[in-house]
Amino acid sequence: MTLPVETEGLTKRYGHVTAVDGISLTVRPGEVYGFLGPNGAGKTTTLRMLLGLVRPTAGSARIFGEAPGAPGHLASVGALIEGPGFYPYLSGRDNLRVVARYSGTGEGRIDTVLDLVDLRDRAGDKFGTYSMGMKQRLGVAAALLKDPRLLILDEPTNGLDPAGMADMRTLVRRLGTAGTTIMLSSHLLGEVQQICDRVGVVAGGRLVAESTVAQLRGQATLRVVAEPLEHATARARALLGADRVRVRDGGLDLAVEPEKAAWVNAELVDAGVAVSELRVRERTLEEVFLELTNDVG
Amino acid sequence: MWGSFRAETIKAVKRPATWLLAAIGWILSLIFTYLVPYAGYVGDTGGPTSDRLLSDMLPANLVGNSIAGLPVFYGAIMIILGVLVVGGEYGWGTWKTVLVQGPSRMAVFGGKLAVLAVTTLGVLLGTFALGAVASVAIAAAESQPVHWPGPADLVTGVGAGWLIAMMWGAFGGLLAVALRGVALAVGLGLVWALAVQNLLAGIAAPLLDWVAQMQKGLPGPNAGSLVATLGAPADTPGVDALVGSGQATLVLAVYLVAFAAVSAGLLRRRDVL
Repeated sequence: MTLPVETEGLTKRYGHVTAVDGISLTVRPGEVYGFLGPNGAGKTTTLRMLLGLVRPTAGSARIFGEAPGAPGHLASVGALIEGPGFYPYLSGRDNLRVVARYSGTGEGRIDTVLDLVDLRDRAGDKFGTYSMGMKQRLGVAAALLKDPRLLILDEPTNGLDPAGMADMRTLVRRLGTAGTTIMLSSHLLGEVQQICDRVGVVAGGRLVAESTVAQLRGQATLRVVAEPLEHATARARALLGADRVRVRDGGLDLAVEPEKAAWVNAELVDAGVAVSELRVRERTLEEVFLELTNDVG
Repeated sequence: MWGSFRAETIKAVKRPATWLLAAIGWILSLIFTYLVPYAGYVGDTGGPTSDRLLSDMLPANLVGNSIAGLPVFYGAIMIILGVLVVGGEYGWGTWKTVLVQGPSRMAVFGGKLAVLAVTTLGVLLGTFALGAVASVAIAAAESQPVHWPGPADLVTGVGAGWLIAMMWGAFGGLLAVALRGVALAVGLGLVWALAVQNLLAGIAAPLLDWVAQMQKGLPGPNAGSLVATLGAPADTPGVDALVGSGQATLVLAVYLVAFAAVSAGLLRRRDVL
């Protein structure tokens, strides 16, 4: 199976600074892959290497089996990298005509992509007069011109207002549902949590985790606040095993299925423990992300 | 490369700076080749060149008059044009937009050179056309017979002018690529064309023999030599037959190829940041 994106030991050094350090990742056909990391983690440099804009110091990258720079390596790839770059004296439509001519795809899809990003009404205006959000949407429109099988979007919601961000999420979901493979770099974790199938987390130039969002967030736990805490801890350990009970912040985190909450409550009460709080607790992607990236930092 | 050429065409045609540069070139050419000399001739202003011959402004001298500015001031305009055509992507951060569409870097650069060639030719032909109109007007005003240069002379003149214009344009392109920007490239290009060349020719060469010899290998003096052999007025800045037309043509062609090759090499090798 030819993977849309595959890197192995991808490394980029600038002098003594290692921007990307041996990243090996895969993006599978049809998935929406979130590429996460704090600013300066190496996300954009990695994407630039994938697209042939930056030459790797070591390692390899392949898009649909083709190395960057090979003829046709970007034939079915649309990309928006580090903000939209267009000609300010040209209209939005003329900018897309320029892009279409470079890509050799013809100009037949220009109206379609303008509609997709809701920019058709302003397509005749000069790019220099666009708001940040409109510029961003034109960047996405340009990325979609080729009707790509793989779409690489680097912080696509930058500059968008909440409504624009919601529209962008809807668009990405729709494209993903239609079978387009999407690699999405973002630091907006709520956004990634909502739309991505799998994520790769990069920190300090290294890939520190790669899995589905659910796996990364781990199993939901029960949060219990009870008194006396020592008694509650002993009872919970007897019920569930010591390794599934963690004392934290004056309460307990129990690694147990949420549907067993009533049973846990009854057992604790029967043991003379006063339970003042019992709720299901799910780790957010943000918490996981901070744990992973702080470990590296 | 055809797609890149077509894309570059939209950019060049719709870019106001392209037309502004062409207009400046045409206006300056008209003013300093025809209007000022004619005013001096008619008014007998007593200026040092007010006795310039009427015959210099007539259609028979169209070739020399149309390419006389290329060694210096028109060359400076061509340098700016080259910087803008090749280096505009740096200023707007559009290299990434262009290259992620899939064309090879060499195809994009080839498209840029092709558009630069068409643009410089267009500007040059415009200069010839305006010169023709101005010289005919002067001939009519002075009741002089109109004699045009022969077709071979016209083709030679346009060809030589195009070679010089492209050489300067490629120089501008190289500056833009090497400096990864527009502003400094334009500044340094102008410093070279308008200041350094004149200092070498006017101050250094008369004092130092090796500078005088070195000049014979520099682009400006070779451009000046080529246009001088094709009839450019000798009192035009930069026009001086230091070398023969054959050597000048060869040296200019070598510079054109070298500027383009070095630019291509840098573009191919460097990361797009």
